Amino acid sequence: MVGDNRRRPPLSCRRRPYLRPGPEGHAITVDNFGPLLQYLVSGLTNGAIYALIALGFGIIYNATTIINFAQGEMVMLGALCAISLYQLYPSLPLAFVGGVALVTVAGLLLERLALRPARDVSPITLIIITVGGAVFIKGLAMSFWGKEAYTLPPFSGSTPLHLGPATMMPQNLWVLGVGALVVALLEAFFRLTLAGKAMRACAYNQRAARLVGIPASRMVQFSFGLSAALGAAGGILIAPLTLGVYDMGTMLGLKGFCAAILGGLGSSLGGVLGGLLLGVAESLASGLISSGYRDAVAFFILLVVLFWRPQGLVGGRG
Amino acid sequence: MKSRGMIVVMVGVLALISLTWLSAPAAAAEPFVIGGIFSATGPQSYLGDPEKKTMEMLAAEINAKGGIKGTPLKVIIEDDEGDSTKARLHAEKLVHKDKVLAIVGPSLTPTSMTVLEVTQKAKVPLISCAAAVQITSPADQRQYVFKTAQTDQMAVARIFSYLKGKGITKVAILTMTNSFGDAGMKQLTGQAPGAGMEVVAKETFGEKDTDMTPQLTSIKGKNPQAVICWGTGPAPALVAKNMKQLGMKMPLAQSHGAASQKFIELAGDAADGILMPAGKLTIYKLLPDNDPQKAVCKAYDEKYQAKYNKPASSFGGYAYDAMGMLVLALEKAGADREKIREALEQTKNYAGVSGVFNMSPEDHNGLAPDAFVIVKIAGNAFALAD
Repeated sequence: MVGDNRRRPPLSCRRRPYLRPGPEGHAITVDNFGPLLQYLVSGLTNGAIYALIALGFGIIYNATTIINFAQGEMVMLGALCAISLYQLYPSLPLAFVGGVALVTVAGLLLERLALRPARDVSPITLIIITVGGAVFIKGLAMSFWGKEAYTLPPFSGSTPLHLGPATMMPQNLWVLGVGALVVALLEAFFRLTLAGKAMRACAYNQRAARLVGIPASRMVQFSFGLSAALGAAGGILIAPLTLGVYDMGTMLGLKGFCAAILGGLGSSLGGVLGGLLLGVAESLASGLISSGYRDAVAFFILLVVLFWRPQGLVGGRG
Repeated sequence: MKSRGMIVVMVGVLALISLTWLSAPAAAAEPFVIGGIFSATGPQSYLGDPEKKTMEMLAAEINAKGGIKGTPLKVIIEDDEGDSTKARLHAEKLVHKDKVLAIVGPSLTPTSMTVLEVTQKAKVPLISCAAAVQITSPADQRQYVFKTAQTDQMAVARIFSYLKGKGITKVAILTMTNSFGDAGMKQLTGQAPGAGMEVVAKETFGEKDTDMTPQLTSIKGKNPQAVICWGTGPAPALVAKNMKQLGMKMPLAQSHGAASQKFIELAGDAADGILMPAGKLTIYKLLPDNDPQKAVCKAYDEKYQAKYNKPASSFGGYAYDAMGMLVLALEKAGADREKIREALEQTKNYAGVSGVFNMSPEDHNGLAPDAFVIVKIAGNAFALAD
């Protein structure tokens, strides 16, 4: 399906002398710097996605003191919605905006249909509801998109860029750049707009915020929409690199959760820092030790942080 | 006195039970009942789903033609969801409750290994659709177990001989950490010395991993002349993409587990030049007309395409061959498990989708490495490489 729309570089680039080990095959001198830089590039890219997911966790935590375990599924929905939109109408900007918009609606619906009816129960019940929501969304996605993986074309071609001894795809830059832009916009929103300030007020003290006339339940709904949008943006950015498949969200959600805890739950700076650190740690572990330890590293860090510094690196509200 | 009365009652009950036991097969003797166990849903459904559909398609086709020598065929298909425990329960049910004459499936190596314990004990012929060698060997403990999928042993032998022919002797291997990848790793490292290959790097990746650049970076530092990747699902396509990103220009060989049109679609322009061993179904249109498998592959692909509006896959082909040989055995042997087993074992020169089968008491797979051809991806399509 996607294959028809895929951009292909001109024939001259595609012909590669495949079966002859090129002269450079023996000429590369392996210093330690090259691989390390490569691990860093790959780690920062994954880390940027973890950071976006961690921010989503933080926003909802600040508004409601619950952890929304459906956050990872929003990433998956973002990727798959954008891929489907791109198949309908092959324009990447439209697919990006459309994907984020659709998933924002999904986030609002999750809050309205699953969490609002149960708002008076204890936070732990609400958290379990989000777990149920995650399973439900995943199942729905499986029946809609099937179990196959889909691909989204990279935003600006697939000619690798060279950064000293390391290489990266233009898409890596897109992930890092748009990730940074989204974080900056988010900070501006929280610091400069009335709605953002109202949300922060709710985060500090919900009862006091209510007393001064801030509609707290509206803010909760808003926080779900916003964090869904963040997750979707992450999913669409990473889709050209990792493919989109219905079960991609669970692991990403858990990694984002680790990142949020590592940085300090509820802190924006902490989320970003936690995400990037986690991404780099994973990449170094799989490159230098063994790829089997990749996922273990994330959860090992989570445990260490929970034992020794439960408030996280930056000290959120955990 | 009281206890003697109890004994009489118990004997009576036993007699009743054994009566119903004895009469059950007699009542069900009408159609030929065969079972199927596939991972039709769950993470491995890309294997089980086409197998299930193929078996259903063939059963309908046979019954529409009036059955096997006039006897209709009844097919009972169970879904194990890729879970060994469920597969075992389904096998127990098919063997003891449905009293099937034979079972086709399961789709995976782990599920096949537990199901064959049940069928081997109950002396029910089982034709597995999974790849690993240990499903049919050692032969003296697998009298009732057959399989139609090519083994990874053949695929590895085929790749090594191809690379060797191109003057390549230093390879890096990158395998997936699932049963398919582990089996591939064992074969690759095991056969390398005999094939004159040196494995200079050995890395792994997880089924759900989305970034293999760290592993590939460390492989790149060891300067292999070729990289061999062994995995299933979407991840091998990412390996291809990541290799392109890192500017690694040595040949990449993938396993037969990646040989599908979907792989080309997912890997995009990174797919060009990739080598893989593939069953002949993938490229049957390119085969010469005198190839015995060409007609079978064509017939299967066209039938499947017409019914399900999707191209046939080599995975479904395993079930196609299993059903084909089983139907021949049923024609010859009738409703007798022991005779069906013998008939299957005597299958000779059966041109199937996965290869030409020559079964023997020592070899219940019956395929040779030439069941694989090495294909190379060029311009978004497979082409014969040698």
